[in-house]
Amino acid sequence: MTARVITITSGKGGVGKTTTTANLSAALASLNKRVVTIDADIGLRNLDLVMGVESRIVFDLVDVVEKRCKLRQAMIKHKGYPELYLIPAAQTRDKTAVSPAQMVEIVRELRPDFDFILIDSPAGIERGFRNAVAGADEVLIVTNPEVSAVRDADRIIGLIEAGERKLPMRLIINRIKPDMVRRGEMLSIEDVVDILSIKPIGVVPDDEGVLIGSNRGELLNGRAGEAFRNIARRLNGEEVPFLNLDGSSGLFSRIARLFGGSAGG
Amino acid sequence: MAGSDDGILIKGIKEGLLLTLRADTDEWMTLTGRLTTRIDQQPAFFRGARVALDVGGRPVRPHEMESLKALLEKRGLTLWAVVSSSDTTNATAQHIGLETSLVPEHEQMETVEVDPEEVGTPGILIDHTLRGGRVIRNHGNVTVIGDVNPGAEIVAGGDVIVWGKLRGRVHAGANGDESAVICALDLMPTQLRIAGYISISPEDKRRKPRPEMASVRGGRIIAEVWKE
Repeated sequence: MTARVITITSGKGGVGKTTTTANLSAALASLNKRVVTIDADIGLRNLDLVMGVESRIVFDLVDVVEKRCKLRQAMIKHKGYPELYLIPAAQTRDKTAVSPAQMVEIVRELRPDFDFILIDSPAGIERGFRNAVAGADEVLIVTNPEVSAVRDADRIIGLIEAGERKLPMRLIINRIKPDMVRRGEMLSIEDVVDILSIKPIGVVPDDEGVLIGSNRGELLNGRAGEAFRNIARRLNGEEVPFLNLDGSSGLFSRIARLFGGSAGG
Repeated sequence: MAGSDDGILIKGIKEGLLLTLRADTDEWMTLTGRLTTRIDQQPAFFRGARVALDVGGRPVRPHEMESLKALLEKRGLTLWAVVSSSDTTNATAQHIGLETSLVPEHEQMETVEVDPEEVGTPGILIDHTLRGGRVIRNHGNVTVIGDVNPGAEIVAGGDVIVWGKLRGRVHAGANGDESAVICALDLMPTQLRIAGYISISPEDKRRKPRPEMASVRGGRIIAEVWKE
């Protein structure tokens, strides 16, 4: 058994990478998968906060790299799921404290004991991003249906495509507001997919529940939570039909087509 | 070995030795005489070598080539190829059964007859979508098979052709050529420039994607539907 290593990245900050990482890891754990999540956002850590384990941090990623502790000692067990762990980022250092080669080594060491390793990438295109994708098998690109987020996602996709390893990429469109799309005030999912031309694995509606759930370390309720659970199941190879976020309109049936047959919409 | 002034250059190549006979004005007999002299100075070095001959543009007749081949063989060298831009020499080589290229047949590019009018239009072909942040600069023409996304940029001395959606910035005729054109299957660039002219796409959300060509007419950039 060897883990799949999935990096969650976006280029732009504030599009929901950390929320996505936290929810996907909890959702995968709830499917009885063994999951370890790595916060690669050194110096600006907050995955621990979102996952509700902040108070229990003793060692972090940089401590592991600098051999002040064993990898196991930096893994914080989640209270809600027995097979969910977090390796937190260091808050006091910066991205240069870890190298891509060290990330590859950490991932190599974790691989045999897990089903999924999720890596939460920092925003930007520099060292932190390169660290986060160094050990990845696949990449999830998180974007919002707005021009600047799509532009930065495009840049990130270009950088990954130009890399030596041809990493498979899939798209998560986060914070979509169906009524705004209908009124033409927000890019539609079709617009986003048209520009980025990579396959979406999920569309997450804008949901107040996301904020409320943000610091409890629990998988979200509501439609956003359901969307994340569906993405987790799709990652796990299941065919999951698309959420009808829209009630009656044909918007999401059109999205279903974008997903192609096997992804199931 | 090389560098002497007798018009003969000797170079080691993957396939053995390459002898280049540069002195086009000298008599064939004189030249081959000098060559055998060079070989006879270091017989051990040359013995057993496979030799290719580059005679430049010199026309060499069959009897001339035969005699050289014999001279080389007498000294233990095997002549296997003759490279030349002369048709006479190539015919000679084929007649005697020598190769006319140093590259193995399966590695050769297909030679295409080029129309003289097409000579001098170099450029590059990019076979993938240019995503935001990529910049392509070329003094010739630039062809993209794929989209040019917002935030990507092409600067070309010549024409720019995009077999896809053009949404980024393009500058054609960047060295001042006002006759340069920009074509795309769907032309909705952030900004277009041809030579010194600049234009942006009109805001029109209802537009239908269609192939268009932009060029300079009457002092401004005009985009026209492609129908030819």
